[in-house]
Amino acid sequence: MTEPFVRLVGVTKTFKVGSKEFLAVKDVTIDVEEGELVSIVGPSGCGKSTVLSILADLHEASGGTVDVGNPESPFTPGRDIGMVFQKALLLKWRNIVDNVMLPAEILGLPRKESRERALDLLEMVGLSKFATAYPQQLSGGMQQRASIARALVHNPKLILMDEPFGALDALTRERMNLELLRIWRESSKTILFVTHGIQEAVFLGSKVAVMTAGPARMAAHFPIDLPEPRTLDIKTTEKFGEYTREIYQLLGMH
Amino acid sequence: MTLLSRYIWAAAGLSGFIIAWWLATVLTDLPAYILPSPGAAFAEIWEPSYNWGTHIWATTQEIFGGYLLAVIIGVALAVLFSWLPALNAALMPLLVLLNMVPKVAMAPLFIVWLGYGIVPNMVIAFTICFFPIMLTTYRGLQEVEPDLLNLVKSLKANRWQIFLKIQLPGSLPFLFSGMKVAAVLAVAGAIVGEFIASQKGLGYFLLAQQNALNTSAMMMALAFITMIGVALYGVVIALEYFFITRKGINQ
Repeated sequence: MTEPFVRLVGVTKTFKVGSKEFLAVKDVTIDVEEGELVSIVGPSGCGKSTVLSILADLHEASGGTVDVGNPESPFTPGRDIGMVFQKALLLKWRNIVDNVMLPAEILGLPRKESRERALDLLEMVGLSKFATAYPQQLSGGMQQRASIARALVHNPKLILMDEPFGALDALTRERMNLELLRIWRESSKTILFVTHGIQEAVFLGSKVAVMTAGPARMAAHFPIDLPEPRTLDIKTTEKFGEYTREIYQLLGMH
Repeated sequence: MTLLSRYIWAAAGLSGFIIAWWLATVLTDLPAYILPSPGAAFAEIWEPSYNWGTHIWATTQEIFGGYLLAVIIGVALAVLFSWLPALNAALMPLLVLLNMVPKVAMAPLFIVWLGYGIVPNMVIAFTICFFPIMLTTYRGLQEVEPDLLNLVKSLKANRWQIFLKIQLPGSLPFLFSGMKVAAVLAVAGAIVGEFIASQKGLGYFLLAQQNALNTSAMMMALAFITMIGVALYGVVIALEYFFITRKGINQ
């Protein structure tokens, strides 16, 4: 068996505000295999986003070890990160395909090839008809699909998603969950998916990390053993219920 | 309401105004030096001794020149301020204070410094336009979504890329709102300059005709001033349409 792609051991992050130190997160220990989709679930203020920003090299961990990449698949910070946020954050003055190309432009990748790749990705997320539309003309769900395509355009190895469907209505959100699973299978990317939706975390993740607020720390992480490929049917199974119940308990909501 | 019917209503409003003006001259005994008829005012175009071309050209240069200068310097300063917080901290309070000075009141000073002619009037138009453009652009440059910044920083974007791809285009709607306010002010600035001291321009012409109580020529001069203002505003709206409105961006 190869080494995990992402390995976090006892990661801690504190922020200094004036002379005071604030603990953003502690005890984050998790392995993510290459090509795995792992959910991180927890309430607001539990430090979920901090974990992602450490992986994205936006912040440095204050303690513990952060290891990304392995000998078979080396990781280059900057080059190998794709990010998706709760807001689609598309540039209003660019059409959809030019929005998707933004990371490729920043990295200085060849224009023609990245444009072709952007168009292929738009096809994959079901937006090929909207390549030359402007973001304002798209619904929230469609904008978020475009932002997923943008996160993939430079072919990064690690995709970080920070509550990407948190602003969508419940039905669109379920549809996007299915879409994400399909995109994940087709692109075989390693994905870290942060959410405060317990059901969403169990439904998507092959592993779930549970984080609590006050103190902000990682309480547990465990594999989710549900049949693949996942379909909406599994949400009504006994096992799905057990996993969600366990997470509710870990979060002290019982 | 369709676009066409909007145009028709707008044209009807304007025609109605001119007809009401005409009726007022026909139905009342107001002497022509108080209220000349629209026809009389319009006929002044053909009076060669007025040298309309010279005056229109002088005023146009002052308005467009001062305005263009304000856009260039306003945007450049806004960019510098967003790059250099220390410069911003040092100069912004001073500029806000200077903005409190009525620009019109500074006009005599500019005449002393720069003498007669087109340049001082251009400078007056510039000072009056500069602040709204600089302030709105500066604000626009500050308005970047923190997560968007995180996204591009995770790709190790350099400062120049962030500026060119995110900040500058993102500030355009703000710049245009400043430019629209400034377009109206530019006309006022140039005309005030001409009132105070000049030998050319529609503002100078207005004062000269006032002394002669030539009201119909004054009306025509006002119409020309308005047309120059409308032309400038039209250019700004066209640019705004190309960069902003066409893409469905709302501020």
